[in-house]
Amino acid sequence: MTMTAVATDSRDSNHLTVPKNDYLTMVVHDQMFGVPVLAVQDVLGQQSLTRVPMAPSSVAGVLNLRGHVITAIDVRDRLKLPPRSKNSPFMSVVVDHDGELYSLNVDSVGDVLDLSSYGFEDNPATLAPQWRSFSRGIFWLDGQLLVALDVSELLGNS
Amino acid sequence: MDDLLSEFLTETNESLEILDTELVVFEQDPSDLNVLGNIFRLMHTIKGTCGFLGLPRLESVAHAGENVLGNFREGKVSVTPDAVTSILNCIDRIRELLQGLEETGQESDQGDDSALVDQLNKIAGGGQITEDNAPVSEGDEDVSAKPSNNEFGAPVSADLLAEVAAADAATAEEAEVEIKVEDAVENSTAVVTLEPKDKPVSAKSGKEASISNSSIRVTVDVLENLMTLVSELVLTRNQLLQMVRGVDESEFSVPLQRLSHITSDLQEGVMKTRMQPIGNAWSKLPRIVRDLAVETEKKIDLDMSGQETELDRQVLELIKDPLTHMVRNSADHGLEQPADRVAAGKPETGVVSLKAYHEGGHIIINISDDGRGLNTDLIREKVVDRELATRAEVAAMDDREVQQFIFKAGFSTAAAVTSVSGRGVGMDVVRTNIESIGGTVELNSVSGKGSTFTIKIPLTLAIVSALVVACGNERFAIPQINVQELVRSGTNSEHTIEMINDSPVLRLRDRLLPLISLRELLHISPEDDVYGGGKQNVVDLVPGPEHGGEAKDGRNAAEQELAAAALAEDFIVVAQVGSNTFGIIVDKVFDTEEIVVKPVAPILRDIPFYSGNTILGDGSVIMILDPNGVSASIGKGVATKDAAISEDQVIADTGESSAFLVFRAGNEQPMAVPLGLIARLEEFDASQIETADDQRVIQYRGKLMPLATVRNTQEIKVSGNQPVIVFSDGDRSMGLIVDEIIDIVEDTLDTQLQTDTPNLLGSSVFDGKASDVIDVSHYLTRAFSDWFERPEKRLIGNSSVGKRILLVDDSQFFRELLAPFLTVGGYKVTTAVDAVEALKLRDKGIEFDAIISDIEMPHMSGFEFGEAIREGGIWKDTPILALSSTLDDMHVKRSREIGFNDYIAKTDRTNLLQALTQILNRYEDAA
Repeated sequence: MTMTAVATDSRDSNHLTVPKNDYLTMVVHDQMFGVPVLAVQDVLGQQSLTRVPMAPSSVAGVLNLRGHVITAIDVRDRLKLPPRSKNSPFMSVVVDHDGELYSLNVDSVGDVLDLSSYGFEDNPATLAPQWRSFSRGIFWLDGQLLVALDVSELLGNS
Repeated sequence: MDDLLSEFLTETNESLEILDTELVVFEQDPSDLNVLGNIFRLMHTIKGTCGFLGLPRLESVAHAGENVLGNFREGKVSVTPDAVTSILNCIDRIRELLQGLEETGQESDQGDDSALVDQLNKIAGGGQITEDNAPVSEGDEDVSAKPSNNEFGAPVSADLLAEVAAADAATAEEAEVEIKVEDAVENSTAVVTLEPKDKPVSAKSGKEASISNSSIRVTVDVLENLMTLVSELVLTRNQLLQMVRGVDESEFSVPLQRLSHITSDLQEGVMKTRMQPIGNAWSKLPRIVRDLAVETEKKIDLDMSGQETELDRQVLELIKDPLTHMVRNSADHGLEQPADRVAAGKPETGVVSLKAYHEGGHIIINISDDGRGLNTDLIREKVVDRELATRAEVAAMDDREVQQFIFKAGFSTAAAVTSVSGRGVGMDVVRTNIESIGGTVELNSVSGKGSTFTIKIPLTLAIVSALVVACGNERFAIPQINVQELVRSGTNSEHTIEMINDSPVLRLRDRLLPLISLRELLHISPEDDVYGGGKQNVVDLVPGPEHGGEAKDGRNAAEQELAAAALAEDFIVVAQVGSNTFGIIVDKVFDTEEIVVKPVAPILRDIPFYSGNTILGDGSVIMILDPNGVSASIGKGVATKDAAISEDQVIADTGESSAFLVFRAGNEQPMAVPLGLIARLEEFDASQIETADDQRVIQYRGKLMPLATVRNTQEIKVSGNQPVIVFSDGDRSMGLIVDEIIDIVEDTLDTQLQTDTPNLLGSSVFDGKASDVIDVSHYLTRAFSDWFERPEKRLIGNSSVGKRILLVDDSQFFRELLAPFLTVGGYKVTTAVDAVEALKLRDKGIEFDAIISDIEMPHMSGFEFGEAIREGGIWKDTPILALSSTLDDMHVKRSREIGFNDYIAKTDRTNLLQALTQILNRYEDAA
């Protein structure tokens, strides 16, 4: 990846530096989200999860990824969206946060897009507070909007 | 710091460890030239390397030491304890210098070594004057730096020490571990025969001499990583084997078999790299014991065996300090002075022995001494002194139970605090440390004969043997070390789960075992029961009639579930944590498996019930239950040991409980009163009871104390002893005449209330018998009609009038007890049965001046409630008082963090009023 653009965002350059970045797109509850592709370790299909009783509701369970135990986070729960219906499929996007691996359970995973040519804007003022803390901003795609997820916020105080 | 320097530091520190040990051995037997050669060589290496690295101070100190050793070797100077002490001083100085070097990267300019160097030179020179090997007396006079030295050294078993040293005491630096390619003993004996070179050696040859060529250093990270990979390989292999097993004549079976063998060997090999002989943790002990012997003027023999026993280096690091502490304790407290020993008919020299051996996947370490043993009478006194138990309780304990108190924080039986031990910090830390790695400590002491501590620790922390159980849909692992036995209960089994007041218990042999339902503990829903239903294709450890754990809906699901569980087939895992034994009710028991413990993600670390997670052979992840956390959830009573647990104490372990005094008055039916309300139990001579103004009174502590009977029909003795329960508040007392005090029981607070009799609060079930719980306030007001008014006025003043208090407690008993109490105090009291209901009041916008909340509550604990209040809303700044029956530091600390203004014991009503007044006044002042 070429990093010609000057980072206007002083935050972690691993994540979002406006614009030039490749994003992995995913869909949760019909809304498109994106995470910087560099933050993604793996994308997995439906995995069998071990539930963890007494865990926070956003923890969907734990799973085995090549000998590592990964904690699966239900993104819908984090975003305060209605839960997925019981037997509908989901996919796991494995990300690294503070040296620990987490799997973000999302409805589906799309392409990797270079979003540098799309418009970017800060969070609209009307965005729900829960969303606002997890979103780094909105990309204008053709026909739809993409929410740039802040992975460390999403996993930070869950 | 450059690599060369850090290498030097690591290596020299190791050499110093060995030097310490060897010198003590050498002092015992100065004729052992092998040992002397070894010592000389080590010192020489240090000196040589210092010279090469340009560290003049270190070099001069090491040089002076080497001179003395050289003269020892050539027989020019005789070996005296003083001379050896000087050499040890020299080593200590080197260590100090090294530490400075490590911190700053440079040799410190401050400090003067000339005194030490001079002293060493004098010893060396003294030898040269008398070349005929005659004993040097000047040496003793010259060495004045350490007046505490005695003529005798510690008589330490030389043979065993030599073995320790030979076992290569290469204590690894923090992050490094040494892989021994060859047998360590072989190395060091090989090195001993090396002739020291005459010229200063270069750093390179120095290293070769110090660390054998056959060892390399790798960081622990590399090993850990290797370990993970191997674990993964093993899992993959297992999966493959599983696949092939179903096929009869597979072309893969032969190569797979080979792969399987290699994998196993590899796993074993990698495991070995983490193992180190336990002798490494002991290498410092001879020196410590020797110094201690000199300081305390005792004669101590340190007897060590089994130092070659290997265990995981992580475990080794963790037990090092506890071990050192215990040996020091044994030597300092345990052993008597030589004169006392002779008087007691024992040999003058005391023996501290240290033994390590393997036993069924664990390492057992015995630390014993033949000293005076624990003085149980003294402990009893201290226990009472420190208010850890009452005199009556202590008197009822046997010696073994009493001895357990030395593991309590801040407890020391040493009459005097010595520089070594007796400060009362220690044994509790030792126990905590050992239990934190899944080990146990046991103590056995016979007065006059000595004490033995037995430590049982797992071989490695990385791989543990665990029992896999299932509950509902989930499987869990329970560390085998905590599992004592498995019991099957059910209608067709000799064991059935019985209920005492909604708390499940099991009669197991001669004791009553408190039970915890895993399903309830973890809130596992009874829906889609895979294992509980017993219909799945899972291997049942004990075949028996299947019984469905039917799913029940509705509010009382948990209760019904439990009731159903009592009838249905269940497995009970009898677990032991410290001295607490309890049973965990599970649906199914599978096999035991060797599991690799992996830490849980930070997000799950707050859940106390899990100690980690692991990947099973079939590739699935399961959570490892932490018996400590599970046991903590039931709140434990006084440490009770083994089979001595009485039924009452067991009941105390089942949920939130409180102590009651059970007595009899008037008829055979037992009655009860909360123990916390009672000031004293007295027995008066019945003839002293007088009657004044239709009121029975007795002279008590210089005052007349009114007496009341529980029942009007009650007969009062005219002669003999009359038991009386005394209630006090401030300077007033009253007595309640009873027929007989039966017992003190701890039970959960679940009292069925009744209001038709004014003197009773209601009834409760103790020991399976319904007992009336008396309303103390009824009798108090009968004796003093203003009982409640007076003290409260004094305590509270006028500020309390009309203040609104919210009382949140799930226990009806306490609500009923406290609400009137507070009302009488002038407060307006609103009660809520739990936090959820309380928060509803908040949402309705009802304000209070203070909130009193119980901590242990269903649905939402007091802590969560506190957090919710502090988070925001109209109660954000309202003072909250925590009310709990558990008063441990952790709870108090947590409550502070959350923002509770105070933390008060449930039964301490006076304190509650005081705290309430204080807080309200403070808030008023602030406002």
